[in-house]
Amino acid sequence: MSADPALAEPAWLRRLLIALVVVAMGLLVALPLAVVIVESLAQGWQAYVAAIAEAETLAAIRLTLLVAAITVPLNAVFGIAAAWALTRYEFRGKRLLLALIDLPFAISPVVAGLVFVLLFGAQGWFGPWLAERDLQVIFALPGIVLATVFITFPFVARELIPLMAAQGRDEEEAAASLGAGGWTLFWRVTVPNIRWALLYGVLLCNARAMGEFGAVSVVSGHIRGLTNTLPLQVEILHNEFSFAAAFAVASLLTVLALLTLVLKAWLEARHGDALARSGRH
Amino acid sequence: MDIRVESLHKQFSGFAALHGIDLSIRSGELIALLGPSGSGKTTLLRALAGLVPIDGGRILFGERDAATLTLRERRVGFVFQHYALFKHLDVFENVAFGLRSRPRRERPAAAEIAARVDALLRRVQLGGLAGRLPDQLSGGQRQRVALARAMAIDPTVLLLDEPFGALDAKVRVELRRWLRQIHDDTGYTTVFVTHDQEEALELADRVVVLNQGRIEQVGTPDEVYRQPVSSFVFDFIGRGAQIAGQARAGQFLVDGRPVYALRSTIGDGPALLSVRPHHFEIAAPEHGLRGQVRQQRQLAGRITLDVQLEAGAQVVEVDLDALQSGLAPAVGARIGLQPVAGTVFRAAD
Amino acid sequence: MSTAVAIADPPVPAPAVRWRDPLPGFGLTLGWTLTWLGLIVLLPLAALVVRASDLGGDGWAAILASQRVQRALWLSFGSALLAATVATVVGALVAWVLVRYRFPGRRLLDAMVDLPFALPTAVAGIALTALYSGQGWIGRHLEPLGIQVAQAPLGIVLALVFIGLPFTVRTVQPLLETTTRELEEAAATLGASRPTILRRVVLPPLLPALLTGFSLAFARGVGEYGSVIFIAGNIPFVSEIAPLLIVIKLEEFDYAGATGVAVLMLAISFVLLLAISGLQKWVGK
Repeated sequence: MSADPALAEPAWLRRLLIALVVVAMGLLVALPLAVVIVESLAQGWQAYVAAIAEAETLAAIRLTLLVAAITVPLNAVFGIAAAWALTRYEFRGKRLLLALIDLPFAISPVVAGLVFVLLFGAQGWFGPWLAERDLQVIFALPGIVLATVFITFPFVARELIPLMAAQGRDEEEAAASLGAGGWTLFWRVTVPNIRWALLYGVLLCNARAMGEFGAVSVVSGHIRGLTNTLPLQVEILHNEFSFAAAFAVASLLTVLALLTLVLKAWLEARHGDALARSGRH
Repeated sequence: MDIRVESLHKQFSGFAALHGIDLSIRSGELIALLGPSGSGKTTLLRALAGLVPIDGGRILFGERDAATLTLRERRVGFVFQHYALFKHLDVFENVAFGLRSRPRRERPAAAEIAARVDALLRRVQLGGLAGRLPDQLSGGQRQRVALARAMAIDPTVLLLDEPFGALDAKVRVELRRWLRQIHDDTGYTTVFVTHDQEEALELADRVVVLNQGRIEQVGTPDEVYRQPVSSFVFDFIGRGAQIAGQARAGQFLVDGRPVYALRSTIGDGPALLSVRPHHFEIAAPEHGLRGQVRQQRQLAGRITLDVQLEAGAQVVEVDLDALQSGLAPAVGARIGLQPVAGTVFRAAD
Repeated sequence: MSTAVAIADPPVPAPAVRWRDPLPGFGLTLGWTLTWLGLIVLLPLAALVVRASDLGGDGWAAILASQRVQRALWLSFGSALLAATVATVVGALVAWVLVRYRFPGRRLLDAMVDLPFALPTAVAGIALTALYSGQGWIGRHLEPLGIQVAQAPLGIVLALVFIGLPFTVRTVQPLLETTTRELEEAAATLGASRPTILRRVVLPPLLPALLTGFSLAFARGVGEYGSVIFIAGNIPFVSEIAPLLIVIKLEEFDYAGATGVAVLMLAISFVLLLAISGLQKWVGK
């Protein structure tokens, strides 16, 4: 039995729309994925392995992991602190604070890199001070970390804030009225309630931290083997027309993206009710 | 422990939630805070618990100012409206939470915790469910877990916020009786918030009626029902009609005719006669309040008439015992209504 | 009605001891939030603003008068607006099909929507280039038809549609999932036709979400760098976007020029986003 014509599109239109969407997603999303795989293997397995085992690529992998390992915990701690302050208390200026936390989303990664150059670069505010002490921020690890922290600043906070706002203070108040101290109620009540959303935020934060290109590109100085992260390595190889090698490195980042998506889908399916339903992305 | 509230004030961003509340709660009492939404009853309960700051006045736990006590020292057993059970902990661990949270020196040994939790779970009739998670329980069971959890810390006072609000009608009535039983067995001083007058009247030793941040009346259920001190309390506590008229020389007059002899003295002038539906007698049309029967409804052992009065075209409800059904006037009949009991309030100008 | 005479409140004695919130950590967490926000976001942005004010009238005049800057800004904002529009239309269609229809592969398609969000932009950039350049899988079939994608504004729009799609789909989709069929059924029983129901019952509540998705896609698109620079070819006056111009000026150590372009970008974005949110409030009424 087919539905009333007022309640559903006719079958032919339905099929047409589905076909349109499948074709659009295929061209726009599936093909780029396919092209990475095909191009990275264009010169065979051995070339692929050689491209990845190259010293500069390995250095880029190490740097990328290091940057993420520093950035993600920092922003996770920030996210928890911000969510606690913003959802457990009433104070003036809350809305402004919320808006400011989201600010990095509205700023071009290139500008995010630029502001740190203006602060810490040779001609920057703190440039001379740093130079005197022989400290380097720009074109070095600290600059890359700073730019990445800026770019991924809101990720954990904005997963936790809507969730903790929806959960309210009741459970923590109950714990406090039962005599629990601050740490006890945080570890025994709050953390179990937010752990999946925290993991979700950390996952997205990590994906962006490892994949960030624009901001890092501005502050890194592209020093081979030293300040090149994986995405920058992709660019360098591509600009040198080493396409297969560029795609081989890119395939590593693609695997990271796919892994992130699988974990994300698993979290949504398995623990969807423990995540905030706040327009995922 | 006796609890005293003295001229308690509380503001919420501009509007006053509580103005000058004075209240004494005696040790072992079961008190209902009754009022419509926005009357300040939940705010008062949360202030007793120390969950909201107060802007003036004080709360005494025994002889000590509660403001000097931390939440842990206050030791209130608070049952939240939506229970606030820890979702990731099973029933046993929820109930054990307070004991496990004590500083190491005061914490009972594991075996003792287990024994006490088991005893509490048996008391709230959840003996077999210790391993369940809150999600796997019915509303009534969750309520009982919340209560057991609050009792586990041997509270100085049990505070319950709309304890039966989220339950369906049948469970409500069962749990109500059961809560009274628990209270009588344990002797905990208990304060609960409700907007349901029936619940308050059936369960409490004393009822505190709140309206717009003020206490209207404190009294036993019988007192607030039979001797309401204000027209608000009369209206909120039960069904009934308020009829406008004049007080003059010990009589209440409607359209110049005496319909009710005043039992207390109030000054002459405009007044309101408040009468419960079962406090009318049917009389001949020339007696009492004149009216016409508009509708007749039967409900389990009771007949209710809607009578439209001549004065002001107001419709009042009159309850008759179903045994008197033979005496019930037919729809359309013109009758007189004689109030046999009522309260008269001065009307505002 | 009754004798509830208004009695003035007696003077309120203040509580003797300050109330302590039962949940500890307000000072610590708010302090940490503000410190971190200040150090990572506000201080650097303040540096940007101060630097821009150092530019002076002549400096600003030079930047504003530069044809290359004008052209880059025009290209960046134009292609971001166009791409956000396309992404909104396509995104709404994708969300509709994913929520309302059942077909094999639907869940896979649903998971694929997030790929542009999760895929590092540099990877997206080289992948799109490999597809749409003159020798690319698709590009070589388009070139003979006179359609140039890579090294042209069209390529930029394509990359930005790719980047913006997850934002538009994911803002509309949850809303479509929760809107009850009841409204449509009610309209149908009142005799409305399918097109009328779609136009007058289904669409209006979606408009604010569509605008949100649009503004997210737009905000992301204006500043996008990685996925664009590979396919754009970066030909000055033709396919050079504003963020790239900032990078170029930085490489030339023209910090003032870079700052000027950055501030212009932020200012224009801000005004446009404000306008969109104004539009959203108006639509939401």
